[in-house]
Amino acid sequence: MGLSPRPEVRDVAHGGEPWMTTRLDFLVNWARANSLWPMPFGTACCAIEFMATAANKYDLARFGMERMSFSPRQADVLICAGRVPFKLAPVLRRIWQQMPQPKWAISMGACASSGNGIFDNYAVVQGIDTVIPVDVYVPGCPPRPEGLIYGIMLLQKKIMNERSSDPTLRREMEPDPKSQLYIPPQAIDEMSENFGNSVHQTRSSL
Amino acid sequence: MTSPTAGAGGGGAFSPVVAGSASSETAPPQTPRDVPRSGGAANPSAEALRQKFGSAIQRVDVVWGDTNVYVDRNRVGEIVRWLHDDPSQRYDFLADVTAVEFRDPEMPIEVIWHLRSLPYRRFLRLKVLLEKSQPLAVSSVWPIYKSADWLERECYDMFGIAFEGHPDLRRLLMWEGYKEGFPLRKDFPMRGRFSRSEQLRQALAANPEARYSMHELSIAQAFEDLPDEMRRRLNKGEKVGE
Amino acid sequence: MATTRRTVDVELSTTGLDAHGRPQRVPLVTDESGNVTTLDAPTGIEPDLAGEHMLINIGPQHPATHGVLRLVLELDGETVVRCIPHIGYLHCGFEKSGEYRQYNQIIPYTDREDYLNSPGNNVAFALGAERLFGIEITERCKVLRVIAGELSRIMSHLVWAGTTCIDIGAFTPFLWMFYQREAIYKLMEDWVGARLTTSVTRVGGMAADIPDGWVDQLKHFVRTFPKTMSEVDRVVTRNGIWVGRTIGLGVMTADEAVNYGLSGPMVRASGVAYDVRKDFPYLDYETYDFDVPVGTNGDVYDRYLVRMEEMRQSVRILEQAIQRLPDGPVNIDDHRVILPPKSRATSDMESMIHHFKQVMEGPRPPIGEVYLPVESPKGEKGYYMVSDGTSKPVRWRIRPPSFVNLSAIPKMVEGHLLSDVIAINASIDIVMGEIDR
Repeated sequence: MGLSPRPEVRDVAHGGEPWMTTRLDFLVNWARANSLWPMPFGTACCAIEFMATAANKYDLARFGMERMSFSPRQADVLICAGRVPFKLAPVLRRIWQQMPQPKWAISMGACASSGNGIFDNYAVVQGIDTVIPVDVYVPGCPPRPEGLIYGIMLLQKKIMNERSSDPTLRREMEPDPKSQLYIPPQAIDEMSENFGNSVHQTRSSL
Repeated sequence: MTSPTAGAGGGGAFSPVVAGSASSETAPPQTPRDVPRSGGAANPSAEALRQKFGSAIQRVDVVWGDTNVYVDRNRVGEIVRWLHDDPSQRYDFLADVTAVEFRDPEMPIEVIWHLRSLPYRRFLRLKVLLEKSQPLAVSSVWPIYKSADWLERECYDMFGIAFEGHPDLRRLLMWEGYKEGFPLRKDFPMRGRFSRSEQLRQALAANPEARYSMHELSIAQAFEDLPDEMRRRLNKGEKVGE
Repeated sequence: MATTRRTVDVELSTTGLDAHGRPQRVPLVTDESGNVTTLDAPTGIEPDLAGEHMLINIGPQHPATHGVLRLVLELDGETVVRCIPHIGYLHCGFEKSGEYRQYNQIIPYTDREDYLNSPGNNVAFALGAERLFGIEITERCKVLRVIAGELSRIMSHLVWAGTTCIDIGAFTPFLWMFYQREAIYKLMEDWVGARLTTSVTRVGGMAADIPDGWVDQLKHFVRTFPKTMSEVDRVVTRNGIWVGRTIGLGVMTADEAVNYGLSGPMVRASGVAYDVRKDFPYLDYETYDFDVPVGTNGDVYDRYLVRMEEMRQSVRILEQAIQRLPDGPVNIDDHRVILPPKSRATSDMESMIHHFKQVMEGPRPPIGEVYLPVESPKGEKGYYMVSDGTSKPVRWRIRPPSFVNLSAIPKMVEGHLLSDVIAINASIDIVMGEIDR
């Protein structure tokens, strides 16, 4: 890429990179950001709000998400909308692995982002970032359509700030072959912990 | 009360099956008001059951307007069959099969059937008490009500109660091979028995494409593709479910 | 690129091997006397002479399964010989969580299981809890709950109609339906602040009284909504493609429907006039004037007609409810059960203690149990609650209508084509949140 030898990665955007590369980056990122084809991995209530966002009042097509791609092979961004139980986690992982690069993930809703305090139980994955790498988290239960649109715009900004010279991008996740976890177990346990001392809030009664 | 729709079949006399058709009351049902906590008119089926089955009916309670009938665990199949077939009872709708475990560990587990008679507009709750010291098993009502298929499977999945006579008692909501136990038991902690990373590891360990039951694989004749170890275990005759 | 071998780990569930060393098929059918027989040659369908049956997997991630449902189909060419549904991909431990929550804290759970019918579920739960507590709610609260329940029925049927149209191929009605849904969202948002997961009731009353001008908004909705209904009617109901794709599909006779535990529009389309609002009434439904549509054939087309007609009847009920909405308090006066008004809780000692007790411990019902079903858009929905005198229930059971309705899908789908499976699945109106809980 570019007309000069491969430059080193610098902290400052555009700093030290050839003009041609930056123009090419801009073009590629602009094209990617404005034509994200979502793969709606909709499970629960957030899926309904996603459908409402895609419908006529809060139209998602004007953000380039004209075509909902239900096949992961043709999708750019996986929008995980809804709670993910452990039974569904391998399915989510497999869908993510079936998506070709470049790909991003939006975790929509509190359940996908963190397991949602009300679903802190034996069945629910406490945040899909323990299963797949997530780019944008959209809070809410369910998030308003404006919230989801804000999350998508954040993702678009993130994409615009990508640089082709950055070697940390476009790396496919490599789960540990024995455990299939892609981050260490201690990190998963820490991320799944309760926030604060919510465990003890019921002490005044049974 | 009912208006047949202008369906594309039309023609000929169509008479809908109306709930309450066998009921002797002429006035339409009313919203119950000021229902007492206990006492009140019992469902007439309770008395009919007492007369027919005698000592198999252990207790009859009326709680908040619903009639609870406690029956002997060995005669549940007969009793339910009679309630379904007898023309004066005609409990044709099985609303629910579930179980309750109380917080006091000494108390038995109750298995509950919610039966509804559409022709007579009645509701009955049958209960069986299963002592925890004995294996949790009760006969299935699947031969009588097809709706019991999944309801009993779920009850097995959540409580570990085996329904004898059910054709395919496997786990339904949790995955087959779920090792942590039966979730709705009181000794099962809310967050599960294993740590989060261990739960995730166990969930991710199975290839999602491989979650077929054996009878599904028999259709695809993929038995030959199984690894040797699996085939050896099958040869020894693995049990259904857990 | 090197080729890799992959070992397939298989979950085992089998009755063992037969004499030839092949895995035994689990029998799924019974003969007339109720004995279980094996399905060797399916009735009326000759095995394909050219070869074996195919195993096709639909889901759990699939646009047309209405959530995370997995259908494994055994196909003979295009014809379905057997269907094995797998659920549980959205099982989130609702019933277990409910045992650790106070009664008012369970209300957000009721929103999220059948998320298309959130206000309706809230009403169902509150009614059951109030029976368990032994309290009678105010008249205004009853009418507001009828309004919430019927709005929620319309909301749910709108999604059903929109997604079924998409499944069968018509995209435009989906957008029309969702536009009307936005109108209802606006109503709910003005009332309780949330669009979808409303938590609109509390034990003993409602979360809030309706704001000024809300009734006028509702009147406007009731006036304009039937136009959308007639638009969709014009486009879909007598459409040749629609009728051709839905007539005669997934037929359940009246006896079968009752035996399989179907309820709601499913059983009414099969000709059984069972509606919980008429037969086991609640909230004074016997005083409202409405009809219950009943189908003749029990196929997908009848289910569609029944649901469309139900939406019109719901509008009728809403008009009557608006007429009769009485003034007065929304919540009951007993502050051992429901929170006192905030102004009193910060000034009056007794109210402050009530508030404290309820927030920290929660209202405690007497020992007992209750099962109070309501007519949800999917069918007979009820919450079975068992109390041991503490503020948290011993058992909180959701009787899920879609769960029981879906269990009949192997019966409905046998002998139909693969594309019909999608149409039949859509006609059941399943919500996986309710099925898996």
